[in-house]
Amino acid sequence: MALLEVKDLQVRVEEREILHGLTLTVNEGEIHAIMGPNGSGKSTLSHVIAGKPGYEVTGGQILFKGEDLLEMKPEERAAKGVFLAFQYPVEIPGVATMTFLRTALNAQRKARGESEYSTPDFLKKVREVSKSLNIPQDMLKRGVNVGFSGGEKKRNEVLQMALFEPSLCILDEMDSGLDIDALRIAADGVNALHSPKRAMVVITHYQRLLNYIVPDVVHVMSKGRVVKSGGKELALELEASGYAQFEDAA
Amino acid sequence: MPAVQETVERVKRIDVDQYRYGFETQIESDKAPKGLSEDTVRFISEKKNEPAWMLQWRLEAYRRWLTMTEPTWARVDYPKIDFQDLYYYSAPKPKKTINSLDEIDPEILKTYEKLGIPLREVAMLEGVEPKPGEQDPARRKIAVDAVFDSVSVATTFQAELKRAGVIFMPISEAIREHPELVQKYLGSVVPTSDNFYATLNSAVFSDGSFVYVPPGVRCPMELSTYFRINERNTGQFERTLIIADKGSYVSYLEGCTAPQRDENQLHAAVVELVTHDDAEIKYSTVQNWYPGNSEGKGGIYNFVTKRGDCRGNNSKISWTQVETGSAITWKYPSCILRGDNSRGEFYSIAISNGYQQVDSGTKMIHLGKNTSSRIISKGIAAGKSQNTYRGLVTAHRKATGARNFTACDSLLIGDKCGAHTVPYIEAKNSSATFEHEATTSKISEDVLFYCIQRGLSQEEAVGLVVNGFVKDVLQQLPMEFAVEAQKLISISLEGSVG
Repeated sequence: MALLEVKDLQVRVEEREILHGLTLTVNEGEIHAIMGPNGSGKSTLSHVIAGKPGYEVTGGQILFKGEDLLEMKPEERAAKGVFLAFQYPVEIPGVATMTFLRTALNAQRKARGESEYSTPDFLKKVREVSKSLNIPQDMLKRGVNVGFSGGEKKRNEVLQMALFEPSLCILDEMDSGLDIDALRIAADGVNALHSPKRAMVVITHYQRLLNYIVPDVVHVMSKGRVVKSGGKELALELEASGYAQFEDAA
Repeated sequence: MPAVQETVERVKRIDVDQYRYGFETQIESDKAPKGLSEDTVRFISEKKNEPAWMLQWRLEAYRRWLTMTEPTWARVDYPKIDFQDLYYYSAPKPKKTINSLDEIDPEILKTYEKLGIPLREVAMLEGVEPKPGEQDPARRKIAVDAVFDSVSVATTFQAELKRAGVIFMPISEAIREHPELVQKYLGSVVPTSDNFYATLNSAVFSDGSFVYVPPGVRCPMELSTYFRINERNTGQFERTLIIADKGSYVSYLEGCTAPQRDENQLHAAVVELVTHDDAEIKYSTVQNWYPGNSEGKGGIYNFVTKRGDCRGNNSKISWTQVETGSAITWKYPSCILRGDNSRGEFYSIAISNGYQQVDSGTKMIHLGKNTSSRIISKGIAAGKSQNTYRGLVTAHRKATGARNFTACDSLLIGDKCGAHTVPYIEAKNSSATFEHEATTSKISEDVLFYCIQRGLSQEEAVGLVVNGFVKDVLQQLPMEFAVEAQKLISISLEGSVG
């Protein structure tokens, strides 16, 4: 079943069109990779899906579970199950990670009309989840991402993904700033969360990440459009021949 | 502070109907005529049954006040105050009479609800009047008991305090019952000639709290004006005097987290603290008076003089304040570090939104040897507000080894507000060590979006980020106060973004 349907999406930022009619369908349980050179519009796509301010949608539509996503506030999208793992997770000084996680999880549950977690129930849940991801408890006591290494920040994103149980995870350049070991740990976390109901959209420059998170479908973006889609072998092909061949196609 | 919680719980159990009768009625003759004159001062003193020395004290202050002019150095802007156009005693609330809770602005009710203030207290605070013909004294008594549930709690406290030898009573009572203490200390920290507003207060103060902790006593509980919430007409001119005798300790919580909606324009309170050798006073304030409406109309002018005197060696005074209300705040809780090795602290969160103007900070005056002080100030400006930190740190010639650490952080929300830091530093001896750090930052769109992507609304996101920003200061507040202050901070920033 289609989870995310992006149809002929046109997006502007400050009068400049970034996406010129992008179409993409992601079904439940699928892993999609979106590849492309800098400036091809990959991050713009992830931001528009998540509802970041500053983008003007001038045409097309996005359906999520059949509903018009563009009509929803960004926090409503989160509560409905859209999760964006940030390329550069922000630091929030003075707010303990544990507090942040509980506040966010309860906000989502409340928005869905579910009961909020009590503190003991929440603690139990977060301990379970962090243990399964090998995340040390003391990381949860520190300020959100404050003084975290690149690898810790990405693991914190994976932890949130595991805790919030979204149905669509968009991973924006998850490999940036990570060494091989940190990348492997983060990717293992993501793989552990893959399920028949949950779809992943992995945005990346490099094929490297796709050795760890193996996609069902690979899309190549260039100049604000998807110019080619194929199986996982497409990523290898790109690695060998580069993006230049698609510049003309766009 | 479990007692406060108990009060709240008990109050919650009493239904609103009972509460409706729980008010003292205004008696017309209890009002002083409008305006200020020697007669007004005499009227107040007489109403309070004061001894002659007190009246003389007030009159001297009044005469001094006549020769003074309003200070203009603060970064606040307001129309000239007509001091003859004010009531100085038992000023009745010029708000319309409300007969039931249904008539209160639903917006206000919503705020109370968020603060977790029981409805009974809301009715009290909003001045819901009893129904005519229902003022049968017997029923009133029951009702008053109900309203004063907090007082019966307070009475249990009184017994315990008495056992410890702690005196805690309205200052008007202390003037009659403990004149020797009041005479000795009143005006000894903030003299009647101190400044325009303090002098005015000295002439016309209506009531306030008096605390005396005898030598060696650690006050067995946090003293709070919370359970004196009923005295809503203590007036605009509160006077508080707290004395910690040798080796004693007391923690005092001022104001209450209940929103004090008060139409009175001018509030000029004076607070004096005295610590003798090895004594400590911890004074915490949460202030959320009416800040004016969204167009900047109305709101309280809050001109407060608060000062502590570390009179004895090794004594300590610590101020913690959370300021979210008032249209204008002019307030510099200060410490005179007179005793050797004495220590002063000032922890402040000042939040301004809408058209609020805050000019607040502290003075640390180092007179004794090896005195130390610490200032942590967090200013948050939103809307079209202006938020100024003004601080003085000074070391006297003889204050060898004086040390100060100051950190002033400002956070801006939006682009129409202003944050200003005005530090004054004077060291008159070469052994003083003063450190000053200041930062100004803007709440980042990326941080907000990160929170919102995780399911928080814009307002929740702002509240979370701001609470993180002020965490160092919140930690200085007594536990339950901190929780309510945290809620209050989020509420006062509502509508500040987007």
